[in-house]
Amino acid sequence: MNVQSPPTDKQRIEKLQGLGSSRKRVEDARFTQGKGNYVDDIKLPGMLFGDFVRSPYGHARIKSINKDAALAMPGVVAVLTAEDLKPLNLHYMPTLAGDVQAVLADEKVLFQAQEVAFVVAKDRYIAADACELVEVEYEELPALVDAFKAMDADAPLLREDIKDKMEGAHGARAHYNHIFHWDCGDEEGANKALADADVTVEEMITYQRVHPCPLETCGCVASMDKINGKLTLWGTFQAPHAVRTVASLITNIPEHKIRVVSPDIGGGFGNKVGVYPGYICSAVASIVTGVPIKWVEDRMENLSATAFARDYHMTGKLAATKDGVITGLHCHVLADHGAFDACADPTKFPAGFFNICTGSYDIPVAYCGVDGVYTNKAPGGVAYRCSFRVTEAAYMIERMVDILARKLDMDPAELRMKNFIKKEQFPYTSALGWEYDSGDYHTALEKGMESVSYKALRAEQVDNRAAFERGETRKLMGIGVAFFTEIVGAGPVKNCDILGLGMFDSCEIRIHPTGSAIARLGTISQGQGHATTFAQILATEIGIPAEDITLEEGDTDTAPYGLGTYGSRSTPVAGAATAMAGRKIRAKAQMIAAYLLEVHEGDLEWDIDRFQVKGNPEAHKTMKEIAFASYNQAIPGLEPGLEAVSYYDPPNMTYPFGAYICVVDIDVDTGVTDIRSFYALDDCGTRINPMIIEGQVHGGLTEALAIAMGQEISYDEIGNIKGGSLMDFYLPTAVETPMWTTDFTTTPSPHHPIGAKGVGESPNVGGVPAFSNAVHDAFAHKGLTHTQMPHDHWRVWKTAQKLGLTD
Amino acid sequence: MIPGSFDYHRPSTIDEAIGLLASHVGDALILAGGHSLIPMMKLRMATPEHLIDIQDIYDLSAISIGANQIDIGATVTQAQLIHSEELADCCPILRETSLQIADPQIRNLGTIGGNVANGDPGNDMPAIMQLLDADYVLQGPDGTRTVKARAYYEAAYFTARSENEILTSIRFTKPAAGHGSSYHKQKRKIGDYATAAAAVMLEVSNGSCTSASIAMTNLADTPLWAEAAANALIGSALDADAIAAAVAAARAITNPASDGRGPAEYRTHLAGIMVKRAIETAHARAG
Repeated sequence: MNVQSPPTDKQRIEKLQGLGSSRKRVEDARFTQGKGNYVDDIKLPGMLFGDFVRSPYGHARIKSINKDAALAMPGVVAVLTAEDLKPLNLHYMPTLAGDVQAVLADEKVLFQAQEVAFVVAKDRYIAADACELVEVEYEELPALVDAFKAMDADAPLLREDIKDKMEGAHGARAHYNHIFHWDCGDEEGANKALADADVTVEEMITYQRVHPCPLETCGCVASMDKINGKLTLWGTFQAPHAVRTVASLITNIPEHKIRVVSPDIGGGFGNKVGVYPGYICSAVASIVTGVPIKWVEDRMENLSATAFARDYHMTGKLAATKDGVITGLHCHVLADHGAFDACADPTKFPAGFFNICTGSYDIPVAYCGVDGVYTNKAPGGVAYRCSFRVTEAAYMIERMVDILARKLDMDPAELRMKNFIKKEQFPYTSALGWEYDSGDYHTALEKGMESVSYKALRAEQVDNRAAFERGETRKLMGIGVAFFTEIVGAGPVKNCDILGLGMFDSCEIRIHPTGSAIARLGTISQGQGHATTFAQILATEIGIPAEDITLEEGDTDTAPYGLGTYGSRSTPVAGAATAMAGRKIRAKAQMIAAYLLEVHEGDLEWDIDRFQVKGNPEAHKTMKEIAFASYNQAIPGLEPGLEAVSYYDPPNMTYPFGAYICVVDIDVDTGVTDIRSFYALDDCGTRINPMIIEGQVHGGLTEALAIAMGQEISYDEIGNIKGGSLMDFYLPTAVETPMWTTDFTTTPSPHHPIGAKGVGESPNVGGVPAFSNAVHDAFAHKGLTHTQMPHDHWRVWKTAQKLGLTD
Repeated sequence: MIPGSFDYHRPSTIDEAIGLLASHVGDALILAGGHSLIPMMKLRMATPEHLIDIQDIYDLSAISIGANQIDIGATVTQAQLIHSEELADCCPILRETSLQIADPQIRNLGTIGGNVANGDPGNDMPAIMQLLDADYVLQGPDGTRTVKARAYYEAAYFTARSENEILTSIRFTKPAAGHGSSYHKQKRKIGDYATAAAAVMLEVSNGSCTSASIAMTNLADTPLWAEAAANALIGSALDADAIAAAVAAARAITNPASDGRGPAEYRTHLAGIMVKRAIETAHARAG
């Protein structure tokens, strides 16, 4: 007789596909078949298309704009300029950083590719043709490109609109091109540590201007329904709820009359956090015309006009004892914000979390100061696959520690080990005020060094250098070590907000009668796999298989309010909200189970997917049974249904960390850098889906490779953007991408409901210094201290040439 | 990134194409694989009112290898050049170069005619054709003429072709059996133009170089045939001194732009490295 035995515990756990399961991404079925629904896939009846006339100059006065020829073209519906927006007070819009930004250029253009006029036409081709017919007369003005000259007495005045407003959003402005000064820590103490130190090092480290360059560019469809007065905005928004609130504040349309929807998003990396002129112009044009308006930027517009990242000039100083104990850090940053301060940071943090710059080290005293300035460049300053300004901070400290190691003639890994915050010091309060939640840095780096056979690599490098001297090879081997601590999961409402909106996040769960569920969150996936991983969190919390849970995000009419997805905040904040909402479900389920089993609640215990009577597991009710009961039983004292909502205000940030080791072989005659191997150990606390983590690390490392080895948005002396197309902007392909080796340790966050910390951005934060340190390490024995990124072929060759290694 | 409007023509004979070109002289451009022209149109650097697509002209799509001569039709794709075993046997540098052009998707569409015809200094095949001393066959309303690849390029996007002519094929003498050749190209990534590239073809007899040809890509506003550099090799044992002399002669004729690939100084330096490595590889392959 064939008797079916009940499933084992292991089988029940596997069926849930909860925490720790490498469940396949549910999103991929549609993405791999080309069935995603991106903003450009949205087609509405009668829809018109918008396109921008953009500035050819970096800095110029607009003397006149003549729209006649464009308006005369068949198919052209409207041409908007700042003059048309002024009566609506929409020619400027607030930025997330407390500045204002011109929606359409107001009397002046301040960067090349700035939006000057918005042409609305029946199709894209007509709109593009009509843009060429808008005649704009400019008077060119001297451009300010070098951030170091922004505060010179004779520097060109850029922002005439705020020239008399010497009190900015973040305090006093010292010059008409100054945006803010922000500082943190003990400057006097840091200076004393430097004065008293056995050894000091100082270096100006530039993290060049780069661009997130998501595969899908930014765009939107705005549709004003004149019958019910409701504006719907579909767009590439990493923070749809915040966009709705901002849209309401600047248009005076009440929030319930605005619906913001983020459909599938093809990568964001910070580029889709901000509010762009295209969104405002599309909304205005739809309100005026009464028909839907689509605007989608092209690749060159994306690279040259929507938000850039980095552009930090960081002067670091480290103090240390002669045996390598770091005794102090002093750092000053000159931050180039472009023509408007459109940085995407929590409002009280104009330099983001740059004060994580003490890194993974127990540095007793530290100071950092940041001055932001205007230049004739595109606005932005977003967190490109990192938490706010964390990658800049990590790059600075990881380069400085390497530079100190050279000066002390110590191995860079050994110096790090010597100065790490020790496991027993957590929770650890840094000299610049952050409370690190948990960590075990020594174990992570030791595991990494063992995995790559670090000692053997160093021995090989000695041989390589000797062979190079003997003329037997023209290649030099470099070993790059980087150890990073991130600060993610913004953040506690007490100090983190964007334009006054607290940076909590949310989850709402509804269990259906037959035991499946829908959960809605305030975040929005751009490829991270939320629909997969958040269902896994819930599966473990409430005992319903992940495949029976639908995840929805991105529609402000249905999703609970949240601050969106960037800065690795989704898992630390919305993931926590998900777990907490799940626990509310379980608490009610326990009451229902107690009623059904006719026992006291306290007599029940949770077991994988059910409540069972303690000591009598045969007496149990599965979540599926409980769900049905919640809809069909009149339970005294309990409302029908099984739903919960949680708004989670995190008590602290989370602090993921990792140890990365890169080996590079450099051809000194060509400057070609061959990444021989790259090892990445990440500790992101509890691991929800190892396969997705690995994918995230691969992606982040590839972007780190791009930044360290090639990406740069630069401008010539009159403000012409260079590298504004994929002909020049370095986007590596599979061919340029080396093999990645991933590894992990697990140090859960003590304050997060499931101990998770977030991982999506760690590889970019740790990857950039690892690559850069490897390149520097190859030349370290020849006396190289520092050279600016990107380490592309010609710059690496130049380094070799300056050191006399090639002709 | 949106082109202006244009009329599209797709003739099926060469006479029809020449006729269309004649009736729209100055307003028409020839389209084959489109990988040079379409990006230019999207940037509105090219704004033709008429596009004459020659991909349907069957006669232009063949590779024919005779006893002494090789003829390649203008619409032969880079993928075809790669997949022809016969061509790879007698003139392997065409496969080696084609494999360094862009990526497989582009090579399935990009044509040799398009690569050489419009005078884009970034394209790889012009230097190869100068290396091989190829003739370009140009057909127009007045008949057919040939122009040497070494005389075809005048400046970036300026060539010896008249506006009413179509480059229909390329022909060159079959390289001698036993020759060695190589194309060394350094680029920032797949799909990029060369930062510097050099092609070398040579013959060696009894340890001595008996013939040599050298050409370079993207190191001036035209491809560069480096005659003096090649002469420095002929008669030598391809020793270090001869190679150094060839490298110096090759560097002397470069005039690269300073751009995102690096300053002119670097690209000239790199030209020498590419020439040196191409000579060494070609030498190793000769015999």
